[in-house]
Amino acid sequence: MTFRWLAGKLAAALLTLVFVLIFNFFLFRVMGDPTTQLARLPRAAPEEIASLRHSYGLDKPLLGQFADYMGDTVTLDLGISQRTREPVWNEIAHALPWTLLLVGIGTVLSVLIGAWLGVIAATRRGTRSDSGLLGFSLFTYAAPEYWLGILLILVFAVAIPILPAGQQVTPGKEFDSWLAHAADVAEHLILPVATVTLMLLGQFFLIMRSSMVDVLTEDFITVKRATGLPWERVVRRHAVPNALLPLVTISAIQLGAVVGGLITIETIFSWPGLGELTYTAINDKDFPMLEGTFLVYSVGVIAANVLADCLYFGLDPRVQTA
Amino acid sequence: MTDVALTAAAAEPHEGGVRELLRGKRAIFGLGVIGFFLFLAVFGSAIAPYDPRASSTAVLEPPSLSHPLGTTEAGADVLSQVLVGARVSIVVGFSAALISSVLGALIGLVGGYFGGWTDRGLDALENWFLVIPQIPLMIVLARLLSPSLFVLIMVIGFTSWAGTARVVRAQVLTLKERPFVERARSLGASDRYVLRVHVLPNTLPLIFANTVIIIAVAILAEAALAFLGLGDPNSISWGTMLENAFNAGAPSAGAWWYVIPPGLCITTLVLAIALVGFLFEEYVNPRLRER
Repeated sequence: MTFRWLAGKLAAALLTLVFVLIFNFFLFRVMGDPTTQLARLPRAAPEEIASLRHSYGLDKPLLGQFADYMGDTVTLDLGISQRTREPVWNEIAHALPWTLLLVGIGTVLSVLIGAWLGVIAATRRGTRSDSGLLGFSLFTYAAPEYWLGILLILVFAVAIPILPAGQQVTPGKEFDSWLAHAADVAEHLILPVATVTLMLLGQFFLIMRSSMVDVLTEDFITVKRATGLPWERVVRRHAVPNALLPLVTISAIQLGAVVGGLITIETIFSWPGLGELTYTAINDKDFPMLEGTFLVYSVGVIAANVLADCLYFGLDPRVQTA
Repeated sequence: MTDVALTAAAAEPHEGGVRELLRGKRAIFGLGVIGFFLFLAVFGSAIAPYDPRASSTAVLEPPSLSHPLGTTEAGADVLSQVLVGARVSIVVGFSAALISSVLGALIGLVGGYFGGWTDRGLDALENWFLVIPQIPLMIVLARLLSPSLFVLIMVIGFTSWAGTARVVRAQVLTLKERPFVERARSLGASDRYVLRVHVLPNTLPLIFANTVIIIAVAILAEAALAFLGLGDPNSISWGTMLENAFNAGAPSAGAWWYVIPPGLCITTLVLAIALVGFLFEEYVNPRLRER
């Protein structure tokens, strides 16, 4: 058993991360020199700009600037938000748990429901329920996720007003216990989580369906059937575990797509996570915040890829002996 | 050898040919919808009953005989905006996909054919673009450059070529080992000649199938960027309609007539394009057809 394969993957991830940092550095420092913003201010004397450039370290040679930037980033000094004047990292640290809550629950639900529907469709291939599920998953694939979210608001918060349409708690409400607080948050989670789930469901359904279709045509399934095992049992004990592998690995890789949807979904539900930070940063031209959230998304996606490799390593014995 | 033979067999077009493929029910639906929206992209502003930007005092009114899809928060006609909005989606989607597939094809061809350090470098670039979250990258680029249709097309085109490059590269790697390419090379044909006459024509169907799917991706990306406020401020698209509707509080006001039509247009067009793309992909790679 060798871990060289895993070590190689880790090294590749680290290299990607370094590329992200270099890219970020050039994009925001070189394309968006902070003093060009200040220079547009009236009455900004050249000496003032020069002293500003000095205080930002922008008069140093490029390599020195890059070293400063790397040092700052590693110590989580991501600059000051131009909108709130708070350190970017503080704002991100406050928003991150809300995003992880939303994405975590949404991903788990969509994997479970998608896999379940995929098994149903694959074992009933060609029937009406199969084509119905296919049609539904294609629809959710093609529909913009924020539009699906708006439809959910229209139905469940406006037409039948049973659920809150935005924010994470009822504003101004006092809670006597943490349980009441948690219940209120849970109620506010329902529509955003449903939207994230709808966004991801189709992908997982299609992967599980085609993976199951593949496994069900393999010889060992025919052998199992020939031994007289009930069909239900063959599917549950022998086909599903073998079909799960692609789903597990792809679900972690899928995180890149989640990030895109996260921004629009948090926007429509005023959910206080990273996506909303990005949205306000776009509209206020808050570049340090935009850069900070972009960095966190990239690190998140790279980490998810490593996680996918680890899962793959743990689950597929063929990799371990290779 | 068997592997090469298998891929070679898989790359062979199947008996029915494109004509039969295009006669299927799904294909007719897909091409019909695409044709309809292409028509709107050209003639949408001519058949729009009102000036889509004209405001009036009839603010957020539900559908009526004079406004079949109601009015916006500024009192403009929703139907007229939907008709005019087709153009931006189509133009951005098709142009960005064209840039993306030309780039992807070129990088895949060069990397796969020449191999060595060129390939390693291009492959690393490709992997980087595949890992980086695409929508946030587009957001950052679009925000740094100021939004216009041209910027949107460039940003989407230059960030979505990596998938195409990867497929093309794989195909070129198998083509390189095929006897007709080896024969041409041993007869002294130049790289340019081999690429143009033997390699490119054999990857074109694959490139085309990929381009179709990227059109769908690009349309969704344009809508998402516009929804986030990064659309071209001077043109009406389905994405900017959803942005305006959301900012005006149309969802909580229950103004379904303002919110449903643009989203439904995006969904239907993307679905139709993806359907045609998948059908074409099945045609190019018959192993997918069994599913």
